[in-house]
Order: sequence, then C-alpha cells, then structure tokens
Amino acid sequence: MQPGDDVAVGTVGVRHPERELAWVENAPSSGWFPRLDARELWRERELALVLALKDLKVRYKQTFFGVAWAVLQPLVAVVIFSLLLGRAAGLPSGGIPYPVFSYTGLVVWLYFSAATSAAAQSLVDNRELVTKVYFPRLLAPLAAMLPGLVDVAVSLPIIGIFLAVWSVAPSYQLLLLPAWVVAALLTALGVGLLLAALNVRYRDVRYLLPFLLQVWFFASPIVYTGSVVSGGWRYLYAVNPMVTTVTGFRWSIAGGRPPGLEALVSLAIVCALLVVGFVYFRRVERSFADAI
Amino acid sequence: MAGSAIQVAGVSKRYRLGGGAYLTLRESLAAIMRRRGSARETMWALKDVSFDVDQGEAIGVIGLNGAGKSTLLRILSRITEPTEGVSRTRGRVGALLEVGTGFHPELSGRENIYLNGTILGMSRREIRGRFDEIVDFAGVEQFLDTPLKRYSSGMYLRLAFAVAAHVDPEIVIVDEVLAVGDVQFREKCLGRMSEFGREGRTVVFVSHDLGSVNQLCSRTMWLDHGRIRADGPTADVVDEYVQAAVPRGSLTTFAEDPGKPVQLLAAALTDDEGTVLDAPRRDAPITLELRFVVRDRIPGLSVSFMVETSQGVRVLDEDWGADTGGTLIPSSLPQEYVARLTVPPILSSGDYVFVAWVGTEFGKIVQQEVLSFRLLPARDETSEAASRGRVVQPTVRWEVVQATAAVGAAGREQVG
Repeated sequence: MQPGDDVAVGTVGVRHPERELAWVENAPSSGWFPRLDARELWRERELALVLALKDLKVRYKQTFFGVAWAVLQPLVAVVIFSLLLGRAAGLPSGGIPYPVFSYTGLVVWLYFSAATSAAAQSLVDNRELVTKVYFPRLLAPLAAMLPGLVDVAVSLPIIGIFLAVWSVAPSYQLLLLPAWVVAALLTALGVGLLLAALNVRYRDVRYLLPFLLQVWFFASPIVYTGSVVSGGWRYLYAVNPMVTTVTGFRWSIAGGRPPGLEALVSLAIVCALLVVGFVYFRRVERSFADAI
Repeated sequence: MAGSAIQVAGVSKRYRLGGGAYLTLRESLAAIMRRRGSARETMWALKDVSFDVDQGEAIGVIGLNGAGKSTLLRILSRITEPTEGVSRTRGRVGALLEVGTGFHPELSGRENIYLNGTILGMSRREIRGRFDEIVDFAGVEQFLDTPLKRYSSGMYLRLAFAVAAHVDPEIVIVDEVLAVGDVQFREKCLGRMSEFGREGRTVVFVSHDLGSVNQLCSRTMWLDHGRIRADGPTADVVDEYVQAAVPRGSLTTFAEDPGKPVQLLAAALTDDEGTVLDAPRRDAPITLELRFVVRDRIPGLSVSFMVETSQGVRVLDEDWGADTGGTLIPSSLPQEYVARLTVPPILSSGDYVFVAWVGTEFGKIVQQEVLSFRLLPARDETSEAASRGRVVQPTVRWEVVQATAAVGAAGREQVG
C-alpha cells in the first residue's frame, strides 16, 4: 500500500492564495507597558468558554451529589458559624439574622476564593496547553473566573429560601447584586493574574495561596460585621477590597449598612491590582512556555 | 504561488541551563543579591537562523536530538519568543506538536472533539461542520459518548489525529506526530500530511524518520547545534546528514576490566578488506568484526553474532562453534581474538543492532549489543522503494511474460 491511497479527507475547501493575509510577528518583547490585544482575545473567546466548560464538566464527574456540593459546603459552614459565632459567641450581625448574614457573605467570598485559586493554578494546570499550543495566555486566568459563577447562580435560590425562612425582604438594591459579583471577579482577576504568572516560576504560590486566603477571609467581614471598624479606620480597612464587596453584596440582598465612601479606596486598590497583575503577567508571559 | 508564508530572520534562542525548569523563590532572591541574571549558565538552542518558506512549500527539518528543531517549531508557532531576531508567519498557523493536546480523560469523545478542536484553533461552527468527517476518520462512532479514559490507546490516537487532520490552517507545523501508533495508522497520518501539501498549504515537518521527510518534503533543512548546516533539496541534505551526523558507531571500543574471564574489546563494521565502513550500503557485503580477550582457560568456548532490526526482530543468528565444530583453545593466557562474520548483501536498508555472544554450551559468558548501524539504500535506489518496511532484500530476478498457450504447453513439457 502506498501511503495516501486510502485517505480521503474532504475537509478542505478551496484555498485562496490570492487572499491577502496579514503577517504575524514573533520577536523579543520590548517596552515597559505591554499592549492588550483585545481583538485577539475576543477572537479567541470560544477557547475561554470551552476551557471553562471543561472545568465545569470535569468538576463533578463521577460524584454522586454533583453540583449540590457547591451548595452543601457553604451550608455546613453556615450552620457551624451560626451556632458557634452567632449564638454561642454572640457576634453582632448588624440586625440581619446571623444565618442570612453569614451565608450571603460566604457566597460572594467563596466565589472570590475559588476564582483566585483557579486563576493562580490556571497556567500550571494547563501546562500541556501552554507548552504545546499558542493561545493568548490571558485566556487561561480569564477562563478560570467563569466556573465559579455557576456556583453563585446555584446559591441564589438557597439565599431566597434563607430570606423567606428568616423573613427578610430584599429591596431595590437587589438590582446591584451583579455589580458586587463583578467586583469580586475583578479583584480575583487582579490577584489571580499576578499569582498565575508568579506560579509559573515559583511553585511557592501553591503553598502560599491557602494561607493567604485564610488570612484574607478573616480580614473580610464575613462572619462578623464590618461596622466593628469605625471612624477613619474604615478607610484603612477598605484597602482590602473584599470588605466593600462582601458588605455590598450582603446589603444588596439583606439590607443593613451599605458601603460608604471608603468603597473608593477599594475601587482604587482593585484597579491597581488589575494593572499590576496585567503588566506583570504580560511581561513574563512570553517565557511561560520555557519556564513552566 | 504568492510569495513566502514564513520568514525567519536572524532568530536565536537562549535557554538557562541546569537545575529544574524553574527557579525557586530562594534561588531568585539569591540571584538578585549577587546580580541580575547570573543565576544560571545559558546555552543557545538556536543561533542566527534565517530562512524563508514559500507559500505551499513543504519543508522538512532534520537534525540530532538537541539540535534546536523543537525550539524552532515553538518559535514559529509563537509558543515561545526568540531571544533575538524575528519570525513572521502569514496565515493561520496550525501547530501539531503533539496529538490530543488538552484531551481530558473524564470527558466523552464528543466533548473532547470540541475541546481539542477549539484548542487547535477551530471555531465551534467549523467543528460542527466537520464533526461527522472527524468521527468517520477516527472510526469511533459507537464510542462518542464514552469517556475517553475507556478508549483503547489506538482509539485515543485515532481520535486525536482525526481532529488534528481536520484543522484548516494556511501553515501546518508538525513535530513527530507520526512517531506514534501502529504502522497502518502512521501510513494514514503520513497520507494526510502529504495531502496537506497537495492542498497548497505550507508545511513544516520535523522528524527523525528520514523516509517520511523524503516522501513529504521537496526541501529539507538540517539543524546542527542550533545552526543551519544545510538547506536544499531533500535528497541531497538527507544524504549529507546521514553521512556526517547519524551517530552510529561503525566502531566501538570497551573499557578493559581485567577481572572478567572473557571480555569484549572492540566491535566494528567493515568491508571485506577490513576498512571500517562509515556509510554501509545494503547492496555491498558487510563484515561484522569483534575483538575480545580470553583470560581464563575455558573449555568449549565459542562465539555467536546476531543482527537485529531496530524493532528487535532477529534477522541473523550465526554460531561459529556450530558451523565449524571448533572451540577456542588459547595457547597462552591472556589471549586476544578477532572474529569476523561476512554477511552477503541480503538485508534491506534500515537500522540494525549487532549483538555479540561469547560462551560455552553451558551458557553465555558475555552477551552484549556492541553496535548499532544504519544500512543505507543502494546507490541508485529511490527512497520510496527503500522505505517499504521489509527485512530482507536479496538480489532477486523477476520474469513476467504474457502467458500464451504455446509457451505454457512448451514449458510444461520441458518440466515434465
């Protein structure tokens, strides 16, 4: 048999050699501030979706409870928090029933924490892709932001049940709910970009991350109310952007005290994180395939 | 064709040497303390490489391991950036550096087709349009909804290649994809590759399989230590490469170990005058030569030579003792011997291993693969004829004539 005899692949349409194709260049990167090629990112958006979809599909394969795990874990945590911190320790919750208080905080926090971890691991976990195909590397951490959103969506009906049980009525500010999720996403993206790029070179990130998130958890008003910090200290407290995000998310659902002017500090920090994360990521991304 | 599709100008790539693939935080900090960038020694994987590839041209890239072939492909496909120089490509680049990139074992065949196709740069719509063809090519219809982890390795490969074979780039970059799977599958892959070329795509093909390169590419580039050593018509470059670079000992020597009763000293591949053959051809007799020393008086000592193909098929097993009834009786100790076995031109071109055995009827004392060598095709042989995968190729005589009744009858009468 001569190779090729039995192969019939009818994939290819008519080639168009006369079609004007653009040159794509690969040269040593230069310049301090990297360019964001948004057009390319948009063109490759399907890859981000497909990667996110893969994570979602794989996550609950061969599990009995499936996506129920996304709800079960925070629920158990809420029971423990409510009994230990709400009832026994009597932590103040700003007039909101403690289970509602802690569950709302936990939902947005868990999204942030999952998205950050996923982004930080996104390049290292997709090592095979990074070393074998070209794609805009930003897509990996961006795709890592997406699966957690499903968990948030799954949690919303549960939040509704909580509100009904403890007879809390949401108000017009419920419309702002997506904004707080976006805030959590952007914060996670800023931190995630930085950690993902660092992780390529320094696997220390894997060990640093759980510790970092644990400290961050207690530095955010999830099991306690942010109003324990008062006066000018609020501005310092809001250097942690999750303070504003958690407070805002909770306020959107259950009312209570809305984030004040200190939210601007958080906003500035998130912007700074995004810029630093983006610049660092882009500056080192061309060597990912060599270093990973 | 309309101009070039790939332009590479003065491309060099430097890598850090030693240690793991990445620096630990501590190493980095130490490096910063000492001075930037001095943490590791560096090496140039590519140095000042320049070439153009025309649109629709198929170019082969050959060279020893570590010559920079993979680095070049990674730069062409933008997986990594050059340290110096520019590489430019025109049109969509499909880099098949591996089949099944991104396959996930938990997902079904169907899901993996979409996943892998997207990774290779196809849009969802394109994949949907070609889905049936891909499934057909792979022959996995019944298993589309089975998780990939339940696939046999053969099915896995077929599916992976099927997706890769249906990408639609202007420039195809292939790295050793064909080096996997069974013979039939490889033929199929090779067929698809040459089809890529016929469809007017630009193909860059890296392989150790010179036969495939020869078959697919009219032009070949030989990389040697990161530089272009030769670039031209495939036949010329491959010949030059095989003569100069393929590291096959036609002569090996072994370190002495006085403690051993019998020890091999050297092995060589020579012509019948005893000259070491650097580039043995299949159409001339070759002589396998072994030099060894006997240090103990061992009754009934004899020698065997074996020749195996690189796939491990034993094609020759010749026993000196059995042929001659002789045994080695050293007059004094230690005694050196030279054993020679001349093999007539019956082997086909290809890679072989020479295995030597010294022992008695009670068993071996030494058995060792002493050298590996490549038999080149005969001088006037086309590489296509040479790559047909047979083990023996003695000089044979063909006769094909029209069988008329008269001739047949006459023939039978003569035989009878």
